[in-house]
Amino acid sequence: GLGRWANADAQVAANALYDVPRFGNVSFLHMTDCHAQLNPVYFREPSVNLGVAGMHGRLPHLVGEQLLKAAKVPAGSAEAHALTYLDFETAARRYGKVGGFAHLATLVKRMKASRPGALLLDGGDTWQGSATALWTKGQDMVDAAKLLGVDIMTGHWEFTLGMDRVKEIVEKDFAGKVDFVAQNVKTTDFGDPVFKPYVIREMNGVPVAIIGQAFPYTPIANPRYFVADWEFGIQDENLQKQVDEARAKGAKVVVVLSHNGMDVDLKMASRVTGVDAILGGHTHDGMPVATLVENKGGKTIVTNAGSNGKFLGVLDFDVKGGKVADFRYRLLPVFANMLPADAQMQSLITKIRAPYEAKLAEQLAVTEGTLYRRGNFNGSGDQLLLDALMDVQGAEIAFSPGFRWGTSLLPGQALTREWLMDMTATTYSYATVAPISGEMLKTILEDVADNLFNPDPYYQQGGDMVRVGGLQYTIDPTAAMGRRITDMRLGGKPIEASRNYKVAGWAPVAEDAAKAGNKPVWELVEQWLKARGGKVTARKVNVPKLAGAVPNPGLAEG
Amino acid sequence: MADPMRIRAQAQGDKAVVRVLMSHEMETGQRKDASGKVIPAWHISEVTATHNGKPVLSAEWGPAVAKNPFLQFTIKGAKAGDKVAVTWKDNRGDTRTDEATVS
Amino acid sequence: QFAFAFNKTAFDAKSIADAVKAYGGAAPAESKDVTLTAPDIAENGAVVPMAVASSLPNLKHLLVLVEKNPSALVAKFDVSDAVEPNFSTRAKMGQTSDVYAVAITKDNKAFFAKKEVKVTLGGCGG
Ligand SMILES: [Mn+2]
Ligand SMILES: [Mn+2]
Repeated sequence: GLGRWANADAQVAANALYDVPRFGNVSFLHMTDCHAQLNPVYFREPSVNLGVAGMHGRLPHLVGEQLLKAAKVPAGSAEAHALTYLDFETAARRYGKVGGFAHLATLVKRMKASRPGALLLDGGDTWQGSATALWTKGQDMVDAAKLLGVDIMTGHWEFTLGMDRVKEIVEKDFAGKVDFVAQNVKTTDFGDPVFKPYVIREMNGVPVAIIGQAFPYTPIANPRYFVADWEFGIQDENLQKQVDEARAKGAKVVVVLSHNGMDVDLKMASRVTGVDAILGGHTHDGMPVATLVENKGGKTIVTNAGSNGKFLGVLDFDVKGGKVADFRYRLLPVFANMLPADAQMQSLITKIRAPYEAKLAEQLAVTEGTLYRRGNFNGSGDQLLLDALMDVQGAEIAFSPGFRWGTSLLPGQALTREWLMDMTATTYSYATVAPISGEMLKTILEDVADNLFNPDPYYQQGGDMVRVGGLQYTIDPTAAMGRRITDMRLGGKPIEASRNYKVAGWAPVAEDAAKAGNKPVWELVEQWLKARGGKVTARKVNVPKLAGAVPNPGLAEG
Repeated sequence: MADPMRIRAQAQGDKAVVRVLMSHEMETGQRKDASGKVIPAWHISEVTATHNGKPVLSAEWGPAVAKNPFLQFTIKGAKAGDKVAVTWKDNRGDTRTDEATVS
Repeated sequence: QFAFAFNKTAFDAKSIADAVKAYGGAAPAESKDVTLTAPDIAENGAVVPMAVASSLPNLKHLLVLVEKNPSALVAKFDVSDAVEPNFSTRAKMGQTSDVYAVAITKDNKAFFAKKEVKVTLGGCGG
């Protein structure tokens, strides 16, 4: 039959995809935002990723065909599937699952074999995003990252395990193995550095510096009580100081391992000099090509390596006479079918999961529609959470945070407890119900919209718009703060400013909400799923009407 | 009596950077108690500092300075071993002085 | 028992200009020689770091102000020959606002730098 030929095809494709000749003498392998996905998953890229103001129509704000065009990637190819939402279901069935640490490990080993001395950098959001990461307080990912051979990392969601746990891992588990770097985390009392700002390593005789930039808005986007004694921030001036210091110590290549989000990285690259590359994460943009940003000192490469273990960035520098002469950048998709599982990593994953396997695999329903999260305004996976929260609690409106992690399911797939946890597992996933006035509803939507669409990237926090159930509204992303949201309606009737509405939500950042004894969101959603009689129908995704910013190459047509 | 200040004075070249953490409620005067009565403002209103006994800094603060206030300033011509003293007074007349040695 | 003269007028002032006036300063003009350091987004509206500095000659006072606070003035520092004209403190902010650093010279001219500091509800993330 065709089977053998299909396999041959896959092998040819795989060889072409992963045959990346070595270039130069300094190489960085970059993974970021794996969100604790140890096993291969499906992951649908966004069809809505709007760029406003100076970000209109440029990377990372291109989706679908626009992105393929910019990257010169042929439609229908494996790479096109990795990069875009196009024909998601068909392509996902054809190319199979992506990521998984055992498959990633194989790719890392190959790249390290062809690039002696290459460093593996982890941009963070590694210790959160799955049931096992939550239940083991990140230990599963710490062990997996060590086995994978991560050399240097920075963080964001890591901090939601609390300061003590982060310090414990950095000082004990990582001692002598992984350097956790963050130049922008300081103590709130006298502003002392909490982590090493950077490390200098020698690669093939070339001293290279890797400076860490943790997510600057951790205490805002996530509960501040987890990091009460630390302050973050963007800290350009301190970064410049660290770059200059590393150069003065002899570093010939300086890279920033960043969890800023790509728009912030692009602005930072224009302001800070002496940085050869910013290897970025947080906004989960799988960028097939590097962006070059000019600044007073020259040019800085900016990249972003996607999420969920789906990609490995490979950045090669040719350093000649103490200077970067040239570079090559590739973003390699991790296709589980094209990269055999690394046996050692696979056995660690099996061991980690063993005590939880039955609980993880429990089928709560079968989904009839595709479930995914990514996109500026909503996703079918979030819609499911919203529908469940409203139904179970009799709420008129529901809010679900604009997180960018969470995996996808194809129609007909089992919706397991593992998937539900992939969508909801945080250390503060309390479900809430509260009366909220119409006026406050508008304030909340305006506040989040400004975090997403502020024309100045330094005022953005890198999440998506809060997802809303029940409530309809119109949004003009290009309008000023306070004027983006109009025509808010519930069941066709205008929202009244002074009326209170019963609103469900989850993952509150306030400390009192954490102490209220509320149930975790997954309990309520599980209860709802189990009442569906074994299957959950395709969700009708509630998205706002767009009043501005269209047409936009960051918005799929149709 | 208010808690002592934490003072850190570090020589940097021919200067000393002084960082101070004071212990004070810094009540804004904007908040109301459970019965709806305005809680009166209670805040540090004046800060002074000396270098080896000689006045070098004076400042006036309102209730918008954050709780447990932070202050940083830089004394010219200071060196390790020098004494830096900081004094605050609040709008109730309470006062506190603490001293540190430049390191 | 109050051995000092707290400038109540300045600290009650609702506007930047009125607070500056209470220290004898003229209407402030924007100047590159005044530096304000403050975050773009406050990590905690109750504790927002702010620093004021100036390279102008003949300085008398450096002020930190938050335009939309109930009273604008946060702190006033006197500049002396013994200290650098560079002070940091932390302030409370109830809402997103422009923050001002104002320098008042000995001849009562006033110069400012300003920046918007956003106070947000928070809670989203990539
Ligand atoms: Mn992140
Ligand atoms: Mn992430």
